[in-house]
Amino acid sequence: MAPNMPPQPPLQHSTTAVADGQSHGHTAPPKGILRWLLTTNHKEIGSLYLIFSLTMFFIGGIFALVVRAELFQPGLQLVEPEFFNQMTTMHGLIMVFAAVMPAFTGLANWMIPLQIGAPDMALPRLNNFSFWLLPVAFTLLLSTLFMPGGGPNFGWTFYAPLSTTYAPPSTTFFILALHIAGISSILGAINIIATILNMRAPGMRLMDMPLFVWTWLITAFLLIAVMPVLAGVITMMLMDINFGTSFFDAAGGGDPVLFQHLFWFFGHPEVYIMILPAFGIVSAIIPTFARKPLFGYASMVYATAAIALLSFLVWAHHMFVVGLPLVAELFFMYSTMLIAVPTGVKVFNWVTTLFRGSISFESPMLFALAFVVLFTIGGFSGLMLAIAPADFQYHDTYFVVAHFHYVLVPGAIFAIMAGVYYWLPKWTGHYPNERLAQWHFWFSIIGVNLTFFPMHFAGLAGMPRRIPDYALQFADFNLLSSIGAFFFGASQLLFVLVVILCVRGGKKAPAKAWEGAVDLEWTVPSPAPLHTFETPPVFHRTSH
Amino acid sequence: MSSGSYYVPASSRWPVLGSVALGAMMVGTGIKLVYDTGLPLVLIGVAGVIAVMGLWFRDVISESRGGLYDAQMDRSFRWGMGWFIFSEVMFFAAFFGALFYVRMFAIPWLGGEGAKGVSALLWPDFVATWPLLNPPDSSIAGPQQVFSPWQLPLVNTLILITSSITLTVAHEALKVGDRKTCRNWLTGTVLLGCCFIMIQGIEYYEAYAHYGITLEAGIFGATFFILTGFHGVHVIIGTLILATMLVRIIKGHFADENHFGFEASCWYWHFVDVVWVGLFIFVYVL
Repeated sequence: MAPNMPPQPPLQHSTTAVADGQSHGHTAPPKGILRWLLTTNHKEIGSLYLIFSLTMFFIGGIFALVVRAELFQPGLQLVEPEFFNQMTTMHGLIMVFAAVMPAFTGLANWMIPLQIGAPDMALPRLNNFSFWLLPVAFTLLLSTLFMPGGGPNFGWTFYAPLSTTYAPPSTTFFILALHIAGISSILGAINIIATILNMRAPGMRLMDMPLFVWTWLITAFLLIAVMPVLAGVITMMLMDINFGTSFFDAAGGGDPVLFQHLFWFFGHPEVYIMILPAFGIVSAIIPTFARKPLFGYASMVYATAAIALLSFLVWAHHMFVVGLPLVAELFFMYSTMLIAVPTGVKVFNWVTTLFRGSISFESPMLFALAFVVLFTIGGFSGLMLAIAPADFQYHDTYFVVAHFHYVLVPGAIFAIMAGVYYWLPKWTGHYPNERLAQWHFWFSIIGVNLTFFPMHFAGLAGMPRRIPDYALQFADFNLLSSIGAFFFGASQLLFVLVVILCVRGGKKAPAKAWEGAVDLEWTVPSPAPLHTFETPPVFHRTSH
Repeated sequence: MSSGSYYVPASSRWPVLGSVALGAMMVGTGIKLVYDTGLPLVLIGVAGVIAVMGLWFRDVISESRGGLYDAQMDRSFRWGMGWFIFSEVMFFAAFFGALFYVRMFAIPWLGGEGAKGVSALLWPDFVATWPLLNPPDSSIAGPQQVFSPWQLPLVNTLILITSSITLTVAHEALKVGDRKTCRNWLTGTVLLGCCFIMIQGIEYYEAYAHYGITLEAGIFGATFFILTGFHGVHVIIGTLILATMLVRIIKGHFADENHFGFEASCWYWHFVDVVWVGLFIFVYVL
């Protein structure tokens, strides 16, 4: 049950309907492309984010397939090593910053106002600005591939001095593009926090909020805390490259390891930024299709907060082999392992929610259940990597690649797809084609495991990351991974098909599209009208 | 607004124009840095960003004065500004963190502490000191000397602390409706901000002309300029914001009890002030 909360300031809402639409500024929206360029509507902006993210998902996916095609068999076949490096780098950057993060922001834009009974985001124009920065940022980033010397080729972690002294000239553009994306993230996060803290329906306390809202509140805090640190570290890179400073150059008294500390102080919270909203989505879907309230609501909230706080104390577990003092190795090893506790709380809560539930297996539920199982595998390999002496062996091998792809693909991306299937009826008014969605699910789960499971073995056997060629003994594992990758990539076209079909038609969905769904978004019609909750709803507390 | 309904603005052209302008500024900057050309694009971009900010804020001000904002909107602005300042804190935290790391770990390790061993092979004669006047590699010339904190930096510290006080006096005057006092003390605050910028300019000139503190002067120059430089940029922005507030006061904007634009400017200025105190202690004194 919810603990006692300090009294909230009374909201200034009137419950009487506002007769004059003009007071909301609802003049007819401009037509055509201008409508999308100028929109301040959270649903339109949410759709823009999601479409952008899906586009980038395929671009980043093509980069991954170039990598997998080259690694299909030993030897150098298709691409030059320099280009291979650009592909691994761009794949990572695009997937992290342009696919996963905007997808979650898009879901937040669509669903947070609907889930808390708000008319829109707190700062709608800022919301539009946050989105339109992204196409600018990633057009610039992708254009570096066509610049003299090629695009970024130092891995998505862009360690100095690879990314400074030895970097291609286009690195300056990469830095500036990342600055724009960072501004977008920070402003988006500020907007989300202001919305959640200030726009809830009268009577909705913090501990009444759906978990997707809670996880996004905490994610937004992480974003505001660490995106500026990323901005700082890339600014130092910019200075080292263009203005002769020595931040990451030991010859001048700086330190390349300083780069890694700053980067991972951003980078580790960043990986939680990409998974906490996924926890929220799964925590909405599992109770719905188990037809039971979420087990341990409060502990879910506290576990999310605990994970977020711990994420600031574990960054150097990415750096065990860089030559840290022993005391640092020990501290970061134990603090990292501590994260297993709140994460375990979450997994047990999901499983307990399922226990004795009336479970049905629609496509959102399938993806959510796969999330729980496969994310847990990724979590376990994370625990293995957390052990500093063991990490000396695993570091920079395909075991690491297997680990983070297990938490990101069947973790973050499966959760996004689960969320899309779950909320598509609300967005379009139609159910997605269940048969096709189930095919998509089974193809995806086979593809994902075929791609990434063999990487564990390749890595444990010693195959290094980010190398375009490998020794013969890794050939079988790589062959399987490459087949899996193309299979997985192709099956995502099915996802696009399902979404397009669902937008164009399909079985009509009622306001409450899923039998067990309880949150506020299911009280508005499907499809949700352009403007919802202009008069705040009366919030009825359900027992969590 | 008396009806209490939340104001959702109609579609606006400023955000998308702003992102185009910012993109132009960034692309221009990149072309300038990498290919040493394309200055016009930088200027167009900067002008565009400034213009969009001005026009966007003009809309917000007129909406606010038109009574479209209610108490809930006011709280959204407060949360927004508060978290924006928190993001700025974290931005500076990265640079302070770099300074602390270099002073506490990197340089002592280069000097042979902690049995790292490697630097002893590369630079056996390196002696760890702070301020680092002699960087490990002889190809990099360190500063000849560093600033005494008790001259211009102390003056600047006093100026900024005084400016926070004068700004508070102006704010208190605004709250009780004493426009004249508010205007006078706010004018003083803006002038103090200008003094700070001028003195910082003199110090930068001295740094390059007589002290050998340059961007290229090893890690001391790098940390010195990135910390004081970004702080200086923030003082310039803060002074411009306060000057805008002064114009609005003169034009009779703001209600006695409801003037978040003014208050947000004060938050920003105090934040810039606190950063300077940190700078004064960790860059100049210690």
